[in-house]
Amino acid sequence: MYTQALDLPPSPEDKTQPVRLAPSADEASLQAQFDRRIDADGRIEPQDWMPEAYRKTLVRQISQHAHSEIVGMLPEGNWISRAPSLKRKAILIAKVQDEGGHGLYLYSAAETLGTSRDEMLAALHSGRAKYSSIFNYPTLNWADVGVIGWLVDGAAIMNQIPLCRCSYGPYARAMVRVCKEESFHQRQGYEALLAMMQGTAEQKAMVQDAVNRWWWKCLAMFGPPDADSPNSAQGMRWGIKRISNDNLRQKFVDATVPQAKVLGVTLPDPDLKWNEERQQHDYGAIDWDEFWATVNGEGPCNKERLATRVKAWNDGQWVRDAALAHARKQQQRTLKEAA
Amino acid sequence: MTTPALKEWPLWEVFVRSKQGLEHKHCGSLHASDAQHALQMARDVYTRRQEGVSIWVVPSATITASAPDDKGEFFEPASDKIYRHPTFYEIPDEVGHM
Repeated sequence: MYTQALDLPPSPEDKTQPVRLAPSADEASLQAQFDRRIDADGRIEPQDWMPEAYRKTLVRQISQHAHSEIVGMLPEGNWISRAPSLKRKAILIAKVQDEGGHGLYLYSAAETLGTSRDEMLAALHSGRAKYSSIFNYPTLNWADVGVIGWLVDGAAIMNQIPLCRCSYGPYARAMVRVCKEESFHQRQGYEALLAMMQGTAEQKAMVQDAVNRWWWKCLAMFGPPDADSPNSAQGMRWGIKRISNDNLRQKFVDATVPQAKVLGVTLPDPDLKWNEERQQHDYGAIDWDEFWATVNGEGPCNKERLATRVKAWNDGQWVRDAALAHARKQQQRTLKEAA
Repeated sequence: MTTPALKEWPLWEVFVRSKQGLEHKHCGSLHASDAQHALQMARDVYTRRQEGVSIWVVPSATITASAPDDKGEFFEPASDKIYRHPTFYEIPDEVGHM
C-alpha cells in the first residue's frame, strides 16, 4: 500500500521548528558531499550526514507509508470472517498478515532516522500523522476485497517500484521486500474478481459496482497533479521520488485498461480513450476537492479507522506489559542461577 | 484519545540463512521483549514464504560499527595494494587458465 506522503503539507508541529541559522563552513562541505553522492545516484545510509530537511521528509514519508500499511489491514480484516470459502479466507489472512509485515519493515526503516516506534505510533493515534486516504472509504461487499487487491494494490505497486531505487538505503531495501510480496496481493484480487465474473448476473453487477466506486479514488492515490505538487521537485532532487505523480498515474491507467477488458468490466470514465498521437490513454478530470476533504478528515471512515486502530493498540497493552514482565523475570532467574 | 505511555521493547537485528550451505544474512530489525520473543517475531516477519532455514537475532545495542567518518583512513589503505588481486599479474596467453 502507498501513501501520498510527499505531497501532503507538513503537519503543524513541523512549522514550529526554529528558523535555521546560516550553515557553518563545515556543514556546507558536508552538504556538498551529500549533493555529490545524490548526483552520482549513490545511496545514503543511516550513519551518513544528511540535511535536516531530507531526514524530516523521509521520516514523514516512511512513517506515513508504515501507517498506511497498518491502517490498510482494517478494511480487509473486516472481511476475513465473511470470506466466501476457506481458500479465500486463508488467502485474505495471508494478505492482511503481509500488510502488517510491511508496516513493520517500514517502521524499522524510519527508526534508522532517529525517531522511535512509540513516537510514530503516538502521532498516528493522536491523528497528527496521516495515512493513505484510500483506507478512509468503506469495503461494502466481497467484490470490494477483490477490487482492493486489483486496483488499490495495483496502484500501490506502480508507486512502490520506483521507491526500490530511493536514495535512502533502508527505505529502498524495505521497498524491495514489500514489492516482492505485493504482486501476490494484486493477483489474488484479480483472480477473485475473475471468479465472480463467471458467476451470476448479480455477482457480475457487484464487481462492476465495486470498480465504479473505487476507480477514481485509486487514480487520486498517486497524489495531486504535478503542477500542484510543490514538494515533488525537492523529492526528485533528493532521489526519493523517481517518477512524477502524473506519469505514474498515466502508467497505471494504461496498464489497467486491458486488464479491465479481460475481466469484462468497464471503467467509469466517459472520457477514457486511447490517444493515438500520445500512444497513451486520455482520461477525465479527478475530483480533487473530494480527495483533499478526505485527507483532511472528512472521508466516510476516517473516524472509524482511527478509533479501531487506537482500540486495538489499547486492548493489546496488557500483552506488551506481560511480555516485558516475563522477560524481566527470566532475566532475574538467569542472574540468580548464575550467582 | 489516550494511548498509555509504555516502555518500548528493545530492538533486535535479524539474520536469516536462506538455505543450508549459505551464510546468515542481515535482513532487518524488529522490537521484542527478549531473545526468544525476537526469534518468534523474526519468523513471522521475515520468513512467511520459506525464506529461511535458520535465524539469528542479536540485540542491536551490542553491535559495534565502523564510523562513516573514518571511512577514508579505515578502508583506503587497501586501495593502493592492487598487487593483492590476481589481475595484477601478466601471464603469457599460452599458459592458459591459471
